[in-house]
Amino acid sequence: MLSFIVRRLLQTIPIILAVALLIFVMFSVIPGTFASSMGDDGRGMLDAQVMERMNKEFGLADPVYVRFGKYIAQLAQLDLGMSFRTRQPVSSVLADRMWPTLQLSFAAMMFSIVIGVPLGFIAALRPGSIIDTVSMVGAVSGLSVPKFWLGLLMMYFFALQLGWLPSFGYGDGGLRYLTLPAVALGVAPLALLARTTRAAVLEIMNADFVRTARSKGMSEWRVVQWHLARNALVIVLTTIGLQFGTVIGQAVVIEKLFAWPGLGSLLVDSVTLRDIPVVQGAILLIVMFFLLVNTLVDVLCAIIDPRIKYT
Amino acid sequence: MSQKPLLEVENLRIDLSIGDTKFPAVQDVSFTIGRGETLGLVGESGCGKSITALALIGLLRHPLSIGGGIIRFDGREIQSLSPAQMRQLRGDRISMIFQEPMTALNPLSPVGRQIAEMFVLHKGASWRDAERQAVEALASVRVPAPERRVKDYPHQLSGGMRQRVMIAIALACSPDLLLADEPTTALDVTVQAEILDLIRDLCAERGTAVLMISHDLGLIANMCRRVGVMYAGRIVEERAAEDVFRAPSHPYTSGLVASLPLLGARARQGRHRLMEIAGVVPPVAAFPAGCRFHPRCRASTEICVAADPEVTLLPNGGSVRCHHHE
Repeated sequence: MLSFIVRRLLQTIPIILAVALLIFVMFSVIPGTFASSMGDDGRGMLDAQVMERMNKEFGLADPVYVRFGKYIAQLAQLDLGMSFRTRQPVSSVLADRMWPTLQLSFAAMMFSIVIGVPLGFIAALRPGSIIDTVSMVGAVSGLSVPKFWLGLLMMYFFALQLGWLPSFGYGDGGLRYLTLPAVALGVAPLALLARTTRAAVLEIMNADFVRTARSKGMSEWRVVQWHLARNALVIVLTTIGLQFGTVIGQAVVIEKLFAWPGLGSLLVDSVTLRDIPVVQGAILLIVMFFLLVNTLVDVLCAIIDPRIKYT
Repeated sequence: MSQKPLLEVENLRIDLSIGDTKFPAVQDVSFTIGRGETLGLVGESGCGKSITALALIGLLRHPLSIGGGIIRFDGREIQSLSPAQMRQLRGDRISMIFQEPMTALNPLSPVGRQIAEMFVLHKGASWRDAERQAVEALASVRVPAPERRVKDYPHQLSGGMRQRVMIAIALACSPDLLLADEPTTALDVTVQAEILDLIRDLCAERGTAVLMISHDLGLIANMCRRVGVMYAGRIVEERAAEDVFRAPSHPYTSGLVASLPLLGARARQGRHRLMEIAGVVPPVAAFPAGCRFHPRCRASTEICVAADPEVTLLPNGGSVRCHHHE
């Protein structure tokens, strides 16, 4: 079991390296540097000599492969480099911003799991019923609505019109401030989870072993409890794992909209300023978190499903 | 023990709903099974034998439903029992073995627990007691080292072993009636014989009646004293097993018997070309008028197209549904 977990974690290293390379190449290809972006605020370009000196100082004058080699060597020592803008270590910049993003993502996922999974279950147990129809139409709408637009609508109604909740900001980080962005972020995974759960349960409903369970004289509730739930859980867990990653990625938009001081808004600002070390660090952190959650899901699935070998 | 038969099925009809239209997938099916008796039901795929069994145990699901007729079990009509009343019979007094042992067991649950559920459901046993009884049940179906096997998951067992587990589940509560729906079709030939012996022995011990469903005439002849031959949703002939082979009465039965390969002594009497019945079973929505077998029948005449044959009783017991029976 332990070796299974360790192996799964080691398997993520090549993925992380590949992601690092990808980000690195991407940001060497796009035009503009930190120095040149400083002129974008309307005060005119910096002096060419100053720009050259800054590029040299930040090590941007070297060829790409040299820079990548240096960066990987740095990473191997768990050093993410310095932020161009604040001159602080990237790790401490990220540490400040990580918590709000995790908070927001967890809240969004909790919201989507607590509502989406039971909804999908009920819809599947009563296919064609009003609950089924309404929730599935809702699910398709939930998946299709743009997040930022939904966020704006919610701000308008719940903050501006009704005045129930603050419209934006982190405030004390409490539930009042968390609710609107978390719901806006959680609607899409909720819709997807409801649909996946419904499909999984419906499929298992028609499985032979469920017919066997019925032939034993079990009530439908017992069938669900003893045979259906665990089988559906494996599928639902996998979806939850994948959705977690998506949610952290999509938090970028919501954080920007709600002025939430997380990795997402940091990332957007850093990209604009070409603060490359921060961008790379932030993306790597998000990717690592995604991998971690999915490893955790794999381990849980292996615990539930005896057919999955610990290899 | 009462003199009345254990199971009486009278004019059972099973409807297949397609849109708003209902087609009779099974019609006018009547048979009886006495206590401890084994009745065979043979026929090609799609003739309605499996859904007949599902109807008896109350497991028909949309788009199939019981459209009419009476199922009397132990003197009590069960075709219109409430789901809760039916659940008490199911598993406890009527149980079923399915064709596919590979998928019929829950892959995420140890087999011992899946057997133990029967004792918890019907005997009010605690889980601890039930698990202990599950070991005995597994031993009774001749699984070696049952105390270790109960902890195994289905994927760790072979097909034959899984079917033994299914039998252990089905016979856990010593039911009055076992519905065996092609229990050996998915298994190796050598394992088939073992499983059939097991079913025969255990049911004889318990006095359990069996409805043995198969498309394999040889198997049925081995297991059953009486045989019903089904074609396109009807029982076309019902006889003692040896009569079916010696002197089949319905042209369809003759065709089935003639299409059996001969082995050993009988084969040496001369080389025979294996017979076949031309064509396939018609789909439920397109059952022909008149006798349903007439498009494939060598003996068919005008009356076969015009009129549906009634059930005729045969002199030496049994019945047939044919205008030109022998």
